[in-house]
Amino acid sequence: MSKVVVVTSGKGGVGKTTTSASFATGLAMRGHKTAVIDFDVGLRNLDLIMGCERRVVYDFVNVINGEANLKQALIRDKAHDNLFILPASQTRDKDAFTTEGVGKVIDELRESFDYIICDSPAGIEKGAMMALYFADEALIVTNPEVSSVRDSDRILGILGAKSKRAEEGLEPIKEHLVITRYSAARVASGEMLSIEDIQELLGIDLLGVIPESGAVLQASNAGVPVVRDEVSNSGQAYQDLISRFLGEDLPMRFLDTEKKGFLKRIFGT
Amino acid sequence: MQSDVNNVEAELPVDENLNFDFSSTAAPRSEADSPALEIKGSMFTLPVLRLHSSDMELIAKDLSQRLAQHLRFFEHAPVVIELDHLDDQANSLDLPALCLLLRQAHLVPVGVRQATPEQAKAAIEAGLAVLKGGGASPRSEPAAPASQTNSQSKATAAPSKKTEIVSPKVETVPARVIRQPVRSGQQIYARGGDLIVLAAVNAGAEVIADGNIHVYAPLRGRALAGVQGDSNACIFTRSMEAELVAIAGNYQVFEDGPAKDIYARAVRIFLDDTHIKVSPLI
Repeated sequence: MSKVVVVTSGKGGVGKTTTSASFATGLAMRGHKTAVIDFDVGLRNLDLIMGCERRVVYDFVNVINGEANLKQALIRDKAHDNLFILPASQTRDKDAFTTEGVGKVIDELRESFDYIICDSPAGIEKGAMMALYFADEALIVTNPEVSSVRDSDRILGILGAKSKRAEEGLEPIKEHLVITRYSAARVASGEMLSIEDIQELLGIDLLGVIPESGAVLQASNAGVPVVRDEVSNSGQAYQDLISRFLGEDLPMRFLDTEKKGFLKRIFGT
Repeated sequence: MQSDVNNVEAELPVDENLNFDFSSTAAPRSEADSPALEIKGSMFTLPVLRLHSSDMELIAKDLSQRLAQHLRFFEHAPVVIELDHLDDQANSLDLPALCLLLRQAHLVPVGVRQATPEQAKAAIEAGLAVLKGGGASPRSEPAAPASQTNSQSKATAAPSKKTEIVSPKVETVPARVIRQPVRSGQQIYARGGDLIVLAAVNAGAEVIADGNIHVYAPLRGRALAGVQGDSNACIFTRSMEAELVAIAGNYQVFEDGPAKDIYARAVRIFLDDTHIKVSPLI
């Protein structure tokens, strides 16, 4: 049974595409046949983060319009042969999306993939609505700050009201909270919301916390999803997140990195 | 039982694009465009006088007995006369005489229901309204409904129970119950009754009710109770963190969050004249 997972947030710049790329890559690394779709028409980024921007020939809108078939448009990842990317169109606009057209592509992907990851654009416009419409599960990417939490709350409301599952009265979309760009030091100083605050405000289960790290930016620039960086905290945090998504019970790590470092320095272990 | 006066105001779409202008009551419009009247819909619970006989003497006798038991309660009460339980439909009921009888007993007849076309015509001539609906109410036994314990003696003393006053069973609109969090951008409206929210009402969300609003979790968004004008409506919450509260069009904004003495506390919010008051519950 294939699963459609939307990665969404409402707010821009919180790490949706980074999370989509790492989540999809991580699932593929564990042997699941995975497709990741970029819904951000006109502002396509996923292909850059996945390092396949020079291999884009056809895109999602071409497939919807029948100008190319799915096989032609899907780009196979260089490192993992069970991972495919369906890039967004850089030249069309979001009106190219129709519920029928997107539904047809998703249905076709469901036939041959275990996981279909939908990378949502920011906002609550058509692209974002389409990305979440067919979802079975959702990763809500949130930064530890008030406006990001507010926008995530809005998106959660939309998931519960405007998705296919909601409209057809099926079991609701399973929602997971992913906190990105988390900095223990800034939480301690009161600049950022704590994990408890965010959970209390949003009231959904926490799937993972990704610490703020230079490794994420480096990975994005290099076109290698950070989940493949086994050394960095962020890479490991994404691996943990994927394990939890697949049903493992792991404790949250990297929530107090700075503090431990400080104590270590004092007591010199 | 009750009169269903349908709402004659424009139908509001539920949960979408509700715009309650809470400033309108605070700032009355200028003379030029203010209408002399407004027509509003409302629901009332009325006692129903169910007739089993059209014999005025029997009615008068029973009525005085019944009213003796509930003297205070029925004084100047508006009553609706129910006609479909008459055992002798053929005999035409003298409605004007019945009205006179009721008025003498300090009741205010306002209408009839379950009337035949002839009875309806007579009712209109007698200045009574013809009410529709409410016919589904179960037919109550003609036995005395008031007090079972001491009715033994009365039952023998008054064998000719031909009228009965069905005590006004309260007809309520069921409260709308929301179990999921109300999220930013969502709007929930409980039309005609209370709204009960068992999860948080988050910032940017709006909960609206014609009656009271209960939030058994933090209230962080906006809550508007009694939006059709019920100034007795209240808002209750386990944790007061609201952005705005309104009752019957009177509103208060908490620009810098609720004051320290009420913030995050369980409170009741009510209307005192035209001022919103927030008082801690415990």
